[in-house]
Amino acid sequence: MSTDDRSAIREPLTGTLIFERGAPESRCVEAPPLDVPAVSLAEALGGRVRTEPPALPHVTEVDIARHYERLASANFGVDSGFYPLGSCTMKYNPKVDEWACRLPGFAGIHPYQPESTVQGALELMWGLQEALAEVAGLPAVTLQPAAGAHGELTGLLAIRAYHTANGNPRTRVLVPDSAHGTNPATVAMCGYEAVVVPSDARGGVDVAALERLLDTDVAAIMLTNPNTLGLFDENILAITGAVHGVGALAYCDGANLNAILGKSRPGDAGFDVMHINLHKTFGTPHGGGGPGAGPVAVTAALAPYLPGPRVERTAGGTFTLVTPERSIGRVRSFLGNFGVLVRAYTYIRALGGTGLTEVAEQAVLSANYLKELLRDVWPLAYDRVCKHEFVLSGGALRKAYGVRTLDVAKRLLDYGYHPPTVYFPLIVDEALMIEPTETEGKATLDRFAEVMRAIAAEAEADPELLHGAPYTTPVRRLDEAAAVKHPDLAWRPPEEAGA
Amino acid sequence: MRFVPVTCEEQVEMLERVGADTVDELFADVPEAARLSRPLDLPAPMGEVELAAHVSGLAGRNVDAGRIVSFLGGGCYDHYVPAIVDAVVSKPAFFTAYTPYQAEVSQGTLQAVYEYQSMICALTGMEVSNASMYDGATAFAEAALMAARVTRRLRVVVSRTVHPEWRETLATYVEAGLLEVTEVDSAGGVSDAGALAAALGTDAAALMVASPTYFGTLEDLAALGAIAHDAGALFVVGTNPILLGVMEPPSVYSADIVVGEGQPLGSPMSFGGPGLGIFACRQEHVRQMPGRLVGRTTDVDGRTGFVLTFSTREQHIRREKATSNICSNHALNALAAGVYLAAVGREGLAGIGEACIAKAHHLEASLVAGGRFERVFGAPFAHEFTLRYLGDVAAMQASMLDRGFLAGLDLARVSGSAGGSASHDGLVLFAVTEKRTRAELDRFAEEVSSL
Repeated sequence: MSTDDRSAIREPLTGTLIFERGAPESRCVEAPPLDVPAVSLAEALGGRVRTEPPALPHVTEVDIARHYERLASANFGVDSGFYPLGSCTMKYNPKVDEWACRLPGFAGIHPYQPESTVQGALELMWGLQEALAEVAGLPAVTLQPAAGAHGELTGLLAIRAYHTANGNPRTRVLVPDSAHGTNPATVAMCGYEAVVVPSDARGGVDVAALERLLDTDVAAIMLTNPNTLGLFDENILAITGAVHGVGALAYCDGANLNAILGKSRPGDAGFDVMHINLHKTFGTPHGGGGPGAGPVAVTAALAPYLPGPRVERTAGGTFTLVTPERSIGRVRSFLGNFGVLVRAYTYIRALGGTGLTEVAEQAVLSANYLKELLRDVWPLAYDRVCKHEFVLSGGALRKAYGVRTLDVAKRLLDYGYHPPTVYFPLIVDEALMIEPTETEGKATLDRFAEVMRAIAAEAEADPELLHGAPYTTPVRRLDEAAAVKHPDLAWRPPEEAGA
Repeated sequence: MRFVPVTCEEQVEMLERVGADTVDELFADVPEAARLSRPLDLPAPMGEVELAAHVSGLAGRNVDAGRIVSFLGGGCYDHYVPAIVDAVVSKPAFFTAYTPYQAEVSQGTLQAVYEYQSMICALTGMEVSNASMYDGATAFAEAALMAARVTRRLRVVVSRTVHPEWRETLATYVEAGLLEVTEVDSAGGVSDAGALAAALGTDAAALMVASPTYFGTLEDLAALGAIAHDAGALFVVGTNPILLGVMEPPSVYSADIVVGEGQPLGSPMSFGGPGLGIFACRQEHVRQMPGRLVGRTTDVDGRTGFVLTFSTREQHIRREKATSNICSNHALNALAAGVYLAAVGREGLAGIGEACIAKAHHLEASLVAGGRFERVFGAPFAHEFTLRYLGDVAAMQASMLDRGFLAGLDLARVSGSAGGSASHDGLVLFAVTEKRTRAELDRFAEEVSSL
C-alpha cells in the first residue's frame, strides 16, 4: 500500500464528532436504579415534561476515551513543548497542584456548609490572601474574581465606589496604547470613557502627554507594569505620583507580575489596586481558555469597597467569612474559583519566598538571553534590557520578502513550537511577543533561536513555503471568512438539519 | 520544590551572553524606591513530601460530601461525576493549553467546545451557545447587558425568585449606571405575573426569571414569556441543565436568552468554583453575544476544522466597543460538561433527572408527614424544595450536623454568602441528587422528625 492510499483510508484525528460515534443502543453511565417510589413526572412537575429528548450522543465509554484521546493528540499544551506565548506566561503547571485540588476535602465541599466544617478551606484562602498581599505590597485581597478581566472589573468598580464616596465618580480612565484589549473593554463596562495615553520613544508611558491628560475628571490610570513590551516603566514613580496629584488612582494590570516577584512590588511603586492572574504567575493551568482566577489586591483606603465575602482570622485563630462595610457587592456566585486557588496556594508553598524570587530572576534572564540570540535577525521593537518578555518586529522581513509575522508563526508550528503572541502590542509593526518563562532550559532556548534563524533564511530563499505553512499539523490554515459567512456553530441531528 | 531547569553553569553562560555580571543588573531599570530590598516575607519552600502532607492536612479539616449526607443545593450540587470525566479533563494536552487562537494546533479544544456548544443547544433548545462564561451569576448579568444592546433599552425587570447571588452580581455589574434594574417581589414562591407586567412597562429590555427558582419551585414560563414579549422585552430564563433531560427546554416557552449554572454537568462542587456559565441565545442575536464562539469550517485542503469565530465582538479586537470584557472563560468545565453529557447520554440524563425528582418528592412528603415541617408554597418543584421548619432552624441544623447530615439551606441565614432575609424566617431549602439513597432520606426524615 502506498502512503497516499493509507492516508486516504486513515481517519483524521479530528473532524468526526462525538455525535457521529457509537450506535443508538450504546450506553456509558446510566442512572442508578430508583429506590424510592416512581413519581408521575407530569404530576410532579405540573406538566412541563419534555416531549422531544435532547439530541445527545449514544456512545460507550471506550468511544469516549478514544474520541477525546484523538482530540487531545491534536492539541498543543505546555506539556507538549515550548510555548513562548508573550503576555500569557505559559509556564509549566506542577502536577502536585492538580493532585491537591482533587483531594476530596477540597473538591467535595459545598460553599454553604457551616464554617466549622470548612476551616481547612478557609485557612487556605486566608493564607493565599496573605501571600498575594505580600507579593503585591497591597494589604487587602479579594479572591472572588474568576479571571484577569473579571479582576479588572472588580478593581475598577472599587475605584469608582471610592470616588463616589468622595463625592464624584469622575468620568475618564487613562489607558496606554500598548494595553491589553480587556483594559478599555473594562473601562467601558464601568461607565468610564477610555482615553489613550501614547508611549514614548523608549516604550514607556509618555509622561508629558500623561500630564496633559490629567485633571480631576480622571478616575484612574490602568497600567500594565512591566508593560506589554516587556519593559519596566522607568518613570513609574513619576507616573503614579502625577496620577495621585489630581486625586486619581493607579490600577496595575498584573498580567506581567511574573517578571518582578520578590524584586519589586506594585504597591511600593505607588499603585493602589492590582489584579493578579493566578493562571499566569502562580502556575495554575490555562485549561484551554480557562478557568483562571483574578484576585485583586488594594490599599487600606480601598479595602472597604472590595467584594464580599472575604476570609478573616478571628482572635481565636479560626477563620470566618466577612463582607466589607462598603462593599461593591459580589461579582459572581459563591467565594471564587476555589479549585484554582488551591493550585496557586500549593504552588506558593512549594516555592516559598525564595523560590518565587528565583522565578522572576530566571524569567528575566531567560528573556534577555533569548533576545540576544535573536536580535541580529529580528529587529527589536525597543532596544533595552527587558523583563520577562520582549517584542520583535517582523516589519523588515515583510518589506524584504513579503513574509508576514503570521507566516512565521504558522511555520513555527511545523517545527513543533507554539508560536509567540503575534500582532500585539498594536503599536509594533508585525509584532512577535516572546515570553520564554523560567521553566524552560537553556537548550530549549538555543534550539528555538536556531529555528527562528532557519525560518528567517527560509523567508529569503522561498517565501512561498512560509505563505503555505503549516504543513504538518492536524489541519492546515482554516477558512475563517467562511466560518463567519456561513455560521455553523452547533451540530444538529440530520433530520433537524435537513428540515 | 523548584521548577527551574537552568543549571548554575548555564546561568553564568546566559549572563555572559547578555553582558551582565549579575541578574540584579537586569533589574537596574526599576527605580530604587520601587525595589524590594528585603526577602519576601513568606513561608520557606517545601519539598513535595512535606507539601503533600501539609495540603492533605488542610483538606482533612473540611467535612466533604463523602463523609456527610448533604441536602445542600442553591446553585451548587452534589451530583455523581463519572470517572471518565476527570480522565479526559486530566489530559495535559487539554488542561495545559492556552486559548485556541492558533487553530492548527488547537483542534482538540476547538472541536470539544463545538461539541459542548451543540449539546447546550440540544439541551436548551436554543440556536447558539457560546463557549462558556464564568458561572451562572455572571452569565445572568451579561444577559442583562446583552438584552440592553439588542433592544436599545436601558432597564431590566428581575423577579425576586431568582437566586440572590445572581441578582447581587447583576447589581454589581450595573453599578456604574449602565442599566437600571427593577426587582419585583414574588408571590407564593413564584413570580408575580401581574406585578412583573406592570413593572415592565414599555421601556424594559428584558424580563429575567429562573426556573427552577431559588426556592426550587417551577415557574409558569409560558405566561411569563408572553408578558415579556407583549412588552417588547426579551425573555431571559435561568435554567438548571441537569433537569433538561426530563423538563421542557426554555425554548418551548419562547426564551430569547438562556443562562444557567453548569456545575451539575461533571464539575465537582469545589467549594463553589470553578463552575460553568451556560449562555445560549437565538441566531439573530449572535453578534450581540458576549464571550467566545467556535465555528466549523474547512482548511485549505478541504478538511473539516474548527476556529474561534465572530471575534469582532470581542475585547482583543473591538476594545472599548466589545460586547464584554471577558477573555478567559471556563473552557475546561465546558469540556467536562461535554464529556459528562456524552457519558450519560439522553437516557442517562433523563434517568438522573427522574431519580433526583422522585427522591426529592419522597423526602418532601416524608418531612411533611413527620410533622416538624410544613409546606409554604403550592407550586410544583423538581429536585429542590422549600419547607418551613416548625422550630429553631439553627438548632435543628446543628443537631443534624452532629448526626452526619447537612440539613439544607437556612434561607434566613445563608452561611457566609447569599445573605439571608428575615422574610425567609424558618424556611429551609433542600436539594436531593441521584446520589442520595432511600436509606439516607428515610433516616434523615426519621431523625429530624424526632428532634
